[in-house]
Amino acid sequence: MKRERTPRVKRQRTSRIPVGVPTLSKKDFESDQDTRWCPGCGDYSILAQTQRIMPELGIPRENIVFISGIGCSSRFPYYMNTYGFHTIHGRAPTIASGVKMANPDLSVWVITGDGDALSIGGNHFIHAMRRNFDINVLLFNNRIYGLTKGQYSPTSEQGKKTTSTPLGSLETPFNPISLALASGATFVARSLDRDPDHLRLMIKSAFEHKGTSFIEIYQNCNIFNDGTFFQYTEKDTKANNTVFLEHGEPLVFGAERGKGIRLNGFQPEVVETTNGDYTTDDLIVHDQYAEDTTLANFLAGMSDTLDMPHPVGIFRSVRHPCYEDAMTNQIESAKDRVGEGDLEALLNAGETWTVS
Amino acid sequence: MRKPVEQIEEATILFAGDSGDGSQTIGTQMTETTALIGNDVATLPDYPAEIRAPAGSLAGVSGFQLHFSSEQIHTPGDLCDVLVAMNPAALKVHLHKLRPNGILIVNIDNFARRSLRLAGYEANPLEDGTVAKYQVFQVELTRLTRKALENTDLTTREIDRCKNFFALGMILWLYNRPMDYTMRWVKTKFATKPQYVEANILALRAGNIYCEATEQFAVSYDVKPAVFEPGTYRNIEGNMATVLGLIAASHQSGLPLVYGSYPITPASDILHGLAQYRNFGVITMQMEDEIAAVGVAIGAAFSGALGVTGSSGPGLALKSEAINLAMIAELPLVICNIQRAGPSTGMPTKTEQSDLLQMFYGRNGESPIPIVAPSRPYDCFEAVYEACRIAVRYRTPVIFLSDLYIGMGAEPWKIPKLSELPEIKADFAGRDQAHGNGFEPYQRDPETLARPWAKPGTPGLEHRIGGLEKSDITGHVSYDAENHQRMVEIRAEKVARIANDLPPTEVFGAQEGDILLLGWGGTYGAIRTAVEQCVEERLSIAHVHLRHLNPFPNDLVDILKRFKRVLIPELNTGQLRQLIRSTYLIDAIGLNKVQGQPFHVFELQSKIDEILKELGHF
Repeated sequence: MKRERTPRVKRQRTSRIPVGVPTLSKKDFESDQDTRWCPGCGDYSILAQTQRIMPELGIPRENIVFISGIGCSSRFPYYMNTYGFHTIHGRAPTIASGVKMANPDLSVWVITGDGDALSIGGNHFIHAMRRNFDINVLLFNNRIYGLTKGQYSPTSEQGKKTTSTPLGSLETPFNPISLALASGATFVARSLDRDPDHLRLMIKSAFEHKGTSFIEIYQNCNIFNDGTFFQYTEKDTKANNTVFLEHGEPLVFGAERGKGIRLNGFQPEVVETTNGDYTTDDLIVHDQYAEDTTLANFLAGMSDTLDMPHPVGIFRSVRHPCYEDAMTNQIESAKDRVGEGDLEALLNAGETWTVS
Repeated sequence: MRKPVEQIEEATILFAGDSGDGSQTIGTQMTETTALIGNDVATLPDYPAEIRAPAGSLAGVSGFQLHFSSEQIHTPGDLCDVLVAMNPAALKVHLHKLRPNGILIVNIDNFARRSLRLAGYEANPLEDGTVAKYQVFQVELTRLTRKALENTDLTTREIDRCKNFFALGMILWLYNRPMDYTMRWVKTKFATKPQYVEANILALRAGNIYCEATEQFAVSYDVKPAVFEPGTYRNIEGNMATVLGLIAASHQSGLPLVYGSYPITPASDILHGLAQYRNFGVITMQMEDEIAAVGVAIGAAFSGALGVTGSSGPGLALKSEAINLAMIAELPLVICNIQRAGPSTGMPTKTEQSDLLQMFYGRNGESPIPIVAPSRPYDCFEAVYEACRIAVRYRTPVIFLSDLYIGMGAEPWKIPKLSELPEIKADFAGRDQAHGNGFEPYQRDPETLARPWAKPGTPGLEHRIGGLEKSDITGHVSYDAENHQRMVEIRAEKVARIANDLPPTEVFGAQEGDILLLGWGGTYGAIRTAVEQCVEERLSIAHVHLRHLNPFPNDLVDILKRFKRVLIPELNTGQLRQLIRSTYLIDAIGLNKVQGQPFHVFELQSKIDEILKELGHF
């Protein structure tokens, strides 16, 4: 399948396992703790795909750190046999930034949910995106608060009836992809809990991207919001409601791959490519490496529109300087300019006098 | 003929004007010069929260008070000998601080009717008897500065900005101080703008010559150098001493310093100060909010760095959940709180000590956190270094509880030798700590109860921590009833054991007797000065100043019991007093002031007199 093609691989700093060291397996990434999500939860799949892909990243286990906030998704670090820190609600990006800054050699992963990242942690989320630390943020979007028993979240659709909105939610939901793009994120992708191959590919691509990588994962909460994404994830409806983004390829979808997305004025339009009216040449061709975010924003906006397929895959992947590298450069150039800090001289700096 | 010079022991000068008039600049210059001559000196900057309040208004008055002496001093002085008032508003705000017969220098060019009205004067105070009990010097500061600078290429507006240096030139003459330090400073400050170097030096000289030439000033004064312990000295502000203390702790421990902060008065200077020292490997991160600022520090600590965050009361309120995370995760973290007057936004540029109970109790659950307080500007160095030592040794967040008064105040500092600094040993867990059962992240040091600091990147020590209660030893998530009780008790005991590590408490003055003045933080100077006077009068009065507020020193209870009365002066409504009373069941008396201003020595003396009277001594 075409969409399995690995995107352009970027240079990475995380140290590789030295030659001769036994390679790791999924099992090496499973902690000894029982997983305690509800049976049937989409989180199980995301955990399994993460544990499966980790050995392929080629980094020593001790260099991997998972950091989470609060919510169902945020129990994730306890189940990974790596370093982990289950922090406080919404603040995981700040703690991850500190971990990465103090040791840029670590591979740092933030696990968060729609409430954690976009409601209580909204401020940290947008600033993490623009700072561009080389960290990976996996947002499990289930459009509901699960751990607190089913209140609407910032991604819940308007009008949603929940325990806290018996007459329906009054709010316009966030589109996490649009928000990440608007915040200057350099890698933005979407994947599905029920598409293991694609999910692993996205996680690996996020890892390979140097800079903050953001993946929104459509995740099913089978207790409080069952089926919220089924039209995009289930076999019988997925093909007609989901368009897989591939760099350099036209936006084709549909059961027979007979539909595509065309630009009509400033609007996206679904067209048939099998009845002779249009060919794939008329379709929008995806460019995930475009510096300009117009196309990425346009694609992100498709999921706000009824009757448009939801794009899945990499919206944007561009290389910008990372915060930790820029900081290291400042430190090195300061040392070059004025010399390595001398504490004795610092304490005695400025005007001094001696009493004998 | 040279005018006569009168020897005096000490002097207090207050420069005051509009916030754009440069009072802080010339106050600092006078301080630096005076310290270099060898006087002991203490300062009190007092400025408005507004950057530029309406010109000439009472709200816009900015003042800088300095006290210098040939003896050791501890405070910026109660009443002033000299007040330099650049406009009527400055006169209105500060005149009550001038002692009778003190010297009042006014810029008469600013006393037009409009300025008088802005300051709320119906009539000219220079003419209606308001200033009759002072020696008044009416100086045409604006006109004379313009005259002195008439041959420069500067605009009138630029020339007028130099008049503070004219005033400084006058004060340097009045107290027989040389001008060369200020000249050196001007040359560095305006290195890229030579026209300003020339102009400010011309103004400085003009002010100096004016005093020498005019008959208004008949005498000048001299204050001989104070006797200091041998050593090398510099002048230092409290926040700068904090900066140096943090860099020293980073250097001596070998831990990289990561400082997360968000701009807030009066803590921002620590961020500015540290940001200058990238060549020491110092990482400063200005974050999106107070929570992010403590978040990066906690993350850095988990990664094996010296994580530090700094703020003031409102910021600490926002950080409290994250500080609690560091407490339960048992990670080293230093939190600097430079207190200001609260509650809420309060008075951001005024001092207070009202966050003590917030630091003690302001977190959910049982959350013991050590608290260390500096007592004077230079002491910030040692106190913040001590906070870092405790954080690293006991793997705990530590609060460094400073305040605006000492953070922004300045005084001479005997520069310590590096060899005199206590050891700070990071002592990271190594691969050898992983064994059959894997790594046990809550297996403790039997003496300190500290848990291992196992940083990511160490093979074999992969483990998970977090805010959920953890099982003793294994660190697994636990809701076990007995375990929770045990963990709460262990965390309390760990902090309590820090007291075993502390030196004996110094009791200044009588070792037992009538009154013990127990203080903490920035009230040191006023309390010590008052008690020194009592000691001279052979009264049985003592002063203990607490560096460690949590835990209290082990010997404190015995000291408290040796005195008939314990008086606790605080710039709050009795927060330490509440802690002392509840901890030791001692009926301590309070002296409490919440005016945004430090104690005057006389306020303490009159309280002491009142207690002595009650004890039957008069």
